Amino acid sequence: MSDGNQGGVKLKVVGQRPVRPDGVDKVTGRAQFGADFHLPGMLTGRIKRSPHAHARIVSIDTSAAEKLAGVKAIVTSADFDAGAAGEVEAGESHAAMKEVAANCLAHGKVLYQGHAVAAVAATQPEIAAEALDLIEIIYEVLPHVIDVEAAMAPDSPVLHDDMFTKGVTPKPGKASNVAARHVMGRGDVAAAFKAAEVTVEGRYETAAVHQGYIEPHACVASWGADGQSTIWCSSQGQFLVRAMVAKILNMPLSDIKVIPAEIGGGFGGKTTVYLEPVALALSRKCGRPVKIVMSREEVFLASGPTSGAVMDVRLAATKTGKIIGAEMTLKYQAGAFQGSPVNLGCMTAFACYDVEALALVGYDVVSNRPKVAAYRAPGAPMAAFAVESAIDDLALKLGMDPIDLRLLNAVRDGAKTVYGATVRYSALVETLEAIKASPHYRTPVGNGQARGVAAGFWFNVGGESSAAVHVDEDGGVTVVSSNPDIGGSRASMAMMAAETLGLPIERVRCTVADTTSIGYSGSTGGSRVTFATGMAVVEAAQKVVADLKRRAAQTWECDVGHVDWKDGVATCTDPSKDVKPLSMKAIAGKSAKTGGPIAAEISLNAQGAAAGYGVHVCDLEIDAETGRTTVVRYTAAQDVGRAIHPAYVEGQLQGGAAQGIGWALNEEYVYGKSGLLENPSFLDYRMPVASDLPMIDTILIETKPNPRHPYGAKGVGEVPIVPPLAAVGNAVSRIVGKRMRSLPMSPAKVLAEMSK
Amino acid sequence: MSRMVVNATVNGEPVEFLAGGGQSLLDALRDELRLTGSKEGCGTGDCGACSVIVDGRLVCACLMLAPEAEGARIETIEGLADNGHLHPLQHQCIEQAALQCGFCTPGLLMASKALLERNPDPTETEVRYWLAGNMCRCTGYDKVVRAVMDAAADLRQAEKPR
Amino acid sequence: MSGVDYLAPASVADAVSALRASAGSARLMAGGTDLLVQMRGGRAKPEVVIDLKRIPGLMGIRADAGGFIIGAATSGAALGEHEALKAAWPGVIEAVNLIGSTQVQGRASLGGNLCNASPAADSVPALIAAGAVCVIEGPNGSRELPVEQVQVGPGKTALAVDEILVAFRLPERVARSSDAYLRLIPRTEMDIAVVGVGVSLTLDASGMCLVARVSVGAVAPTCLLVEAAGAALVGSALDDAALAKMEAAVAAACRPISDKRGTAEYRTKIACVLARRAALIAKERASA
Repeated sequence: MSDGNQGGVKLKVVGQRPVRPDGVDKVTGRAQFGADFHLPGMLTGRIKRSPHAHARIVSIDTSAAEKLAGVKAIVTSADFDAGAAGEVEAGESHAAMKEVAANCLAHGKVLYQGHAVAAVAATQPEIAAEALDLIEIIYEVLPHVIDVEAAMAPDSPVLHDDMFTKGVTPKPGKASNVAARHVMGRGDVAAAFKAAEVTVEGRYETAAVHQGYIEPHACVASWGADGQSTIWCSSQGQFLVRAMVAKILNMPLSDIKVIPAEIGGGFGGKTTVYLEPVALALSRKCGRPVKIVMSREEVFLASGPTSGAVMDVRLAATKTGKIIGAEMTLKYQAGAFQGSPVNLGCMTAFACYDVEALALVGYDVVSNRPKVAAYRAPGAPMAAFAVESAIDDLALKLGMDPIDLRLLNAVRDGAKTVYGATVRYSALVETLEAIKASPHYRTPVGNGQARGVAAGFWFNVGGESSAAVHVDEDGGVTVVSSNPDIGGSRASMAMMAAETLGLPIERVRCTVADTTSIGYSGSTGGSRVTFATGMAVVEAAQKVVADLKRRAAQTWECDVGHVDWKDGVATCTDPSKDVKPLSMKAIAGKSAKTGGPIAAEISLNAQGAAAGYGVHVCDLEIDAETGRTTVVRYTAAQDVGRAIHPAYVEGQLQGGAAQGIGWALNEEYVYGKSGLLENPSFLDYRMPVASDLPMIDTILIETKPNPRHPYGAKGVGEVPIVPPLAAVGNAVSRIVGKRMRSLPMSPAKVLAEMSK
Repeated sequence: MSRMVVNATVNGEPVEFLAGGGQSLLDALRDELRLTGSKEGCGTGDCGACSVIVDGRLVCACLMLAPEAEGARIETIEGLADNGHLHPLQHQCIEQAALQCGFCTPGLLMASKALLERNPDPTETEVRYWLAGNMCRCTGYDKVVRAVMDAAADLRQAEKPR
Repeated sequence: MSGVDYLAPASVADAVSALRASAGSARLMAGGTDLLVQMRGGRAKPEVVIDLKRIPGLMGIRADAGGFIIGAATSGAALGEHEALKAAWPGVIEAVNLIGSTQVQGRASLGGNLCNASPAADSVPALIAAGAVCVIEGPNGSRELPVEQVQVGPGKTALAVDEILVAFRLPERVARSSDAYLRLIPRTEMDIAVVGVGVSLTLDASGMCLVARVSVGAVAPTCLLVEAAGAALVGSALDDAALAKMEAAVAAACRPISDKRGTAEYRTKIACVLARRAALIAKERASA
């Protein structure tokens, strides 16, 4: 793979801001999202969900519903493959298929309010709704548990009687709600605390928050009479959908074609399946296409939020501010099935800092709430909230500037993370310095306002991706990407191909392929598409360039070493030849004579993804009589390697910051005493609206491109949500005069702290 | 189930469709007229993804019953471009990367159009408060607000006598 | 929403007949911004929806005896475009235009907001403070009720099942009078009021308060007219002592619940803060 440094060659397309190729369809309403498909004979599917937080399913009687005119199929977990086994990579972790299947249609027990139990397909939405009412389910209600520490208590109701905490020796004799205990660390933490000249400690709590994509989950599934099926869905990974559906319904992969629709936001929440296996099972039963769309209430009740967390952190430092040791316990909610991102929380908590002695323990805890799904840097924001708040405490205690304290402790290349990786190509220091030198930071804090600063880290991953580059007969180019586009990646793919081929961006189109039309790929997530799929695109484009040169050499009857390719044109450098340069168009027009169609496809497993670092500054003010917070100024700086399309990179920073601000101030799942969710709507689940936010300034640090990527790109999508929780929390704490330890910092909570 | 015939004008064209008494205008636009540009994000008027303009008034189509459309003049995203020529709002949206996933975009564009018809020179604050009912989870609103204000400038420029 | 019949009568008499014919299974609709949400959520299951918007008199604003008559189904957006109404009753207008979003304001009406009878309804405290009167028509003719007597409990009004609220009457505005409405919500827009307060004042030439009405919302099963709070301001120049007395009266009247939108203690505290701030804004407007 080529070196990403480009040797100082000036780039013509990468780094510019061309109009994105799918923009017109999206601003005219032509773009088709999962709920926008209509097929002949299509039925409406609806799902019957548990009204209880925890119950045994005693019986399900669908007979009355089956008799209703217009009902064509009804399914329960009995229609899934009971032997569904194994794991599939999902989001940024692995999903046990049995649990994915049980989450899609409950088996034996319902584990949260909203847990799907049965589904119907009918000719009209009204008939499907009526049919749901006619399905009789008898439950034996069981005691429930919602909060993470309550779920860890020895007398807690237990969700799974086969859950024995992994990572504990000897294996516990009793089943519990603690799915796993993760331990990581290094050095001698006890000695560090003994030697410490100053310590800070604190307990921090965050609530469950939802990814909040505006588009509810939606799919259309169509079973062919010979078993060959098609699924249109809004998903971050068409191959993942295919794999999961195939396992759950016991079908060969090649019998399922998954066509990724445009996706209305995912942020990790659409890297699993909820509806697709159900819709296809319904379609299989009646032979007609079935569309299922979640209502917003269903999205909140039954699709994964991210974990709420309880964290205890202690820092040991010298009086000059060097952090010499840290200890942290993290307890994360997994929801009804195991798999919170607590291990990622442990890995990322201190990843910005070079701390010699570290001891982290993480608990993955189930309780009667929806199973969590990945949410943008899963596991990192909560842990960063705790650590960055503790560091702010340290800065206050030592009277140090919060940036200077972080500069003193920041990782530099060569340092080792707690999970054993070596820090490379890191521009965290430059990012901190950029914030320090920024207009925002150099402006004195306004009267009655306060400023908070925080840093954040995300690994970014590589992984399996595929891409194809086809040259059309008129010299234009089509790039085929394996990855759904959730943030503008089609533009970046086209740009990287255009740069490699030496073409103007207008001549390059990018499309996202279905599972039959391109090689396998991992999902869109992990901030990996620009890196890994981009790498595949560039390699394919380079292959095409090599092919074009060969064809030019053949046409000129010269050695291929005498062919130069630049700006989309081949020139002959053989002094003995007197030939005119050949354009892409010219070569493409004659491709049949030089070997046939010009195309290349690459499938790879991209290595060498580089981590990203972010530093945010937040200025805010608080109405002292009501506790209401207003963010007045916000700047997000990030180490991005190289911004392929700067406007879309800025958009990632701004969007992630906005989500983090919502997480800090107002978003949370509110449960009542019966374990029922009290706010499953956008009315009472309060995400930031346009009038809640100021402009969000961005600073893109490109001083350390990733040499493992052809254009130096690092992943950028996830880092931006990691710093804001503490950036906001640190500012609020400074106004309130006390450390804010619990999110969200809603007005009543803030007023209560101010009044104490 | 009682269905009734509804006659309305949609994007300047007369249309006739069947609607249930309790069917929302949004469902009628999407399922009867196959105009799927207006989206359902919540169905309860909290997100604005279904924003349309009815008789000159910005509304959520999910909060209107389809039979109410009888005799009404309805504008949806599909009618914003003029015979294939993008409206300045659409143009600026793409130019400024004011959309990422694009799901909120149709509603946002219709809401912005309604704003600029009333207030051709809005301040940033006026744009933000007018668009408070259009939720976006991807952009953080920054580029959206800039695009709307630049489109407003474009429209004011176009109005200037030469 | 299966099998719902939609009717759009052209007269109040037709609407009343339709109500009577449906024997309690009908719902009246103005802007639909509450009704459709309830129908979708299964909390309302009418067999008939009676759309009031094609009845002349239910829509629009007209001057009347120095004051105004407002058609009960008129949208907040239309109200906000009426310059004379805005000048006389800025508090009422700002209250109705805080409901929901721009899109919701394009449909939501004073009549719907009042008859939905949420204790947190935004326009109701402002209407109560303004001394608005409801014009109600039914099979037995027409009657009037002060706004503060219409809500009788959450989701319940004093209207009979076959009565229709057709209009609001706002009295003539004497000189040096104005009103204001404030609410507390966690975000800047889009939330249901945690607390809402409406204040309407009339001052004399020296700035002394002659008439004051204070109404609070979301702190009791219905929006309250707090007579003692208004009384505390009368005869004062809204100095700190008078405001403190007013706040004490507001606090004494509050009997809020704790729910997902706020605790009882927080609501009571904020009600006092907003009452003071709204009173001062109304004073400033009245003096202008």
